[in-house]
Amino acid sequence: MLEVKNIQARHGLLQAVRGVSFSVAKGEVLGVIGANGAGKTTLFRAITGVHADMTGSVLLNGEDISALRPAKRVAKGLAMVPEGRRLFPDMSVRENLQVAGEHGRRGDWTLATVLDALPALKPILRSLAGNLSGGQRQAVAIGRALMTNPDFVIMDEVSLGLSPIAIEGLYESLGQLKASGKTGIVVVEQDLRRAMAFSDRIVCMLEGTITLEGASGTLTHDDITNAYFGLEPEAHERSAAHA
Amino acid sequence: MNGSGFTFDRWTPAGLRTVWTAAVLLAAFATAPLFLPATMVEKLTTLWIYILLAVVWNLLAGFAGLVSVGQQAFFGLSAYLTLRLVEWGLNPWLALVAAAFIAGAIAIPISLYALKLKGGEFAIATWVIAEVVRICVMFDPLVQGDTGNSLIALNAYAPDFRRDVTYWLGLVAMAGFLVLTFRVLRSKTGSAAQAVRDDEEAALSVGVSVMQTKRIIFVLAAFGTALAGSIWLASAITFLPRTNFGVQWTVFMLFMVLVGGLRTFEGPILGAVIFFVLQETFSSYGVWYLFGLGFIAIVFALALPDGLWGLIRKKRGGDLLPMGTLLRQVSVEKEAA
Amino acid sequence: MLDAIIQGILLGGYYAILAAGLSLMLGVTRFLNLAHGDLAVLAAYLIIYLVATWHMPILWAIVLMLPVMGLLGWALQAFLFARTMKGGFLLPLLTTFGLGAVIQNGIYGVFSSDVKSLGNFIGNLAWASWKLPGHISVGKLPVYIFVASVVVLVSLQLLLSFTKLGRAMRATTLDEEAAELSGIDARRIQRATVAIAMVLAGLAGAALAMRSLINPYTGPTQLIFAFEAVVIGGIGSLWGTLAGGIVLGIAQSLGAKISPQLFQLFGHLVFLAVLWWRLKGSGSLGLGNLLRSLKGQSIKGESA
Repeated sequence: MLEVKNIQARHGLLQAVRGVSFSVAKGEVLGVIGANGAGKTTLFRAITGVHADMTGSVLLNGEDISALRPAKRVAKGLAMVPEGRRLFPDMSVRENLQVAGEHGRRGDWTLATVLDALPALKPILRSLAGNLSGGQRQAVAIGRALMTNPDFVIMDEVSLGLSPIAIEGLYESLGQLKASGKTGIVVVEQDLRRAMAFSDRIVCMLEGTITLEGASGTLTHDDITNAYFGLEPEAHERSAAHA
Repeated sequence: MNGSGFTFDRWTPAGLRTVWTAAVLLAAFATAPLFLPATMVEKLTTLWIYILLAVVWNLLAGFAGLVSVGQQAFFGLSAYLTLRLVEWGLNPWLALVAAAFIAGAIAIPISLYALKLKGGEFAIATWVIAEVVRICVMFDPLVQGDTGNSLIALNAYAPDFRRDVTYWLGLVAMAGFLVLTFRVLRSKTGSAAQAVRDDEEAALSVGVSVMQTKRIIFVLAAFGTALAGSIWLASAITFLPRTNFGVQWTVFMLFMVLVGGLRTFEGPILGAVIFFVLQETFSSYGVWYLFGLGFIAIVFALALPDGLWGLIRKKRGGDLLPMGTLLRQVSVEKEAA
Repeated sequence: MLDAIIQGILLGGYYAILAAGLSLMLGVTRFLNLAHGDLAVLAAYLIIYLVATWHMPILWAIVLMLPVMGLLGWALQAFLFARTMKGGFLLPLLTTFGLGAVIQNGIYGVFSSDVKSLGNFIGNLAWASWKLPGHISVGKLPVYIFVASVVVLVSLQLLLSFTKLGRAMRATTLDEEAAELSGIDARRIQRATVAIAMVLAGLAGAALAMRSLINPYTGPTQLIFAFEAVVIGGIGSLWGTLAGGIVLGIAQSLGAKISPQLFQLFGHLVFLAVLWWRLKGSGSLGLGNLLRSLKGQSIKGESA
């Protein structure tokens, strides 16, 4: 279980995250939606420890890891696919995976199993990560996170900037990961339909707080639109009536 | 009522008090040679030089973010130029001042090159430029290579006269630069320089001419350092290229500014006084004194990165001189009345 | 002329060893260590002490000095450098200048200001030379130092390319945050890097003390030379340090051929010219980039 409690995070004077709590179980998928600037990236950077200016607690399988450095959190089983992929551009794809495998936890994920799960990586193992297409980069970033054998993996802006075909391929691989049931997944996805289809539960963020949370089957499109834009339900209906 | 609820103040009563105190102190120090013993006058001259050096380096590195390790170029250059001008027949006193102006002027072409660099490259390049200037100066037969030369022309004047004039020169230069720095920092150039230091791209986007601002500060700092070099020559008489062009001058500036408090007006003055006291008390210990200075620098970097003035400011809750504009809300009762 | 060029190339080998450590630190920890030259000189004094006072064979003294320097580097990064990194660009400068003053004056206080050299302890190696056609004589010691520098750079290249530590060092150089998110303890990697950089500084110090006279204040000039070699070769490029060192060495020995005072001046002018050239061109055009584009690898790369 990954539990975060009352996370607050600032960028200097700006409070980007204001008291966010949620939890994810192993094998569960939590979809996170919200406009740009809602505080999603800052929240996940705080949870993984790379954003230091924060308060609140992060519990991984019951253990409080909020004082640990990012690398130590990885060693406990929390991985992140950061916004913008953040590959090591001057290193080959193989080295990008290898370096994470050498420093993360031991487990079922090895170079061989990661390549089975992400077959698109096989032909490009020797290429420099800096020379890849967007879809290939995202696959490497996910592979690199899996190489650390995480219990939970956070994927920030998972399909941002990818072509529709690349997104299809990506979700196919993520579907297999989900089906294995071994890993809890937190996925930030701008495409509402995608997020609803892939996630077990949905969380919507606005201005640093969670405005809506629920099992994805129980939420209507209107619920989410309202939470996404911060509209009062009545106001939304009124504007819909005008249209 | 819109906007009238605030008044803008550039001066606080405490700030004005500081200015008056400083004016009285300066007047007192101006008369000091009339009653202080000769050795004290000489020592105070050294203190004025230290303050001058610290204040201009703080202007350069603290406020404009130009971390130069090559200020000794101007310190040594003005000493050399003085010798050169005297050799050509100029009055030594005039030569001391003229040399500082020429060294300041030479900073303009140097700035064309150096200001294009950033960070570590700027720091080391300024150091290398200072070395280049030293080597070139040593080609002048007047300098006699490593041997150096002396400003013997000053010996034509009575020792008392020479010492007092040097003292006043130092006092005027230091006070002048304090006022100048204060005015620059409160002017548009000062705000621009700090904007440039904090975020060059943002400063560009709000229309600050980055190059122009940096150049003004760089040349002013070079002129101030050169003036200090001239006054040092007037009091020490001898010119040794490896000493006058030594990197230790910049190290001393760095030490004074960081121990006193970077980016404050008061810090460098405090740092210079501390350095002066340390020098007076412990310099007889030779290398172990210099060892200790290095050690103190490390301790300050680790434990007191904001310097002593940073600590005092935290305790006092304010500076002696206001640098910005105080925005004050007029109390509600007053407005109602 | 040819003679001066050969001397310059060989001198470049020494600069490469010194510069490689500086460059490695700049790349992995983004820390400009102004005491790098002083630390090299410290290592040299350590060796001289072991050899002169304890009559230890010179090779043993060097072997003993290397782990000491490594430990010193580890400790410096853990207790000093990493802490001052948070204070922007100025605090590291003050700290390493301060460290330099501590080392220089500490050495002076303990060993006096007399010039020292290992030249007296290496027998005829100090002056032995090979005669080449055209009345050119090439000193054996400079050749050995040059060979040693190539061996050192090849070992470093192998370390960076093929070991777990090397991969982690490159990852940390390229993106410290992403490295942490891949489970790499960046702080440990940075300590290891500084340890390696200090071992390199130690080797450079040994080379310096064998080929010339040193005194407690030799360090700062050596730092300038090392930095010049790094910049000429292109910051962060391993083989660039050798290229930069060779260019610097050739400039210096050509200058010295005209007049002894021109030794330093020519080196400085080449450095300033290369900086100027890089500023005028689009981005960086250092020799290292040229080499990198030919070889397609480096320790530090442009971001994607």
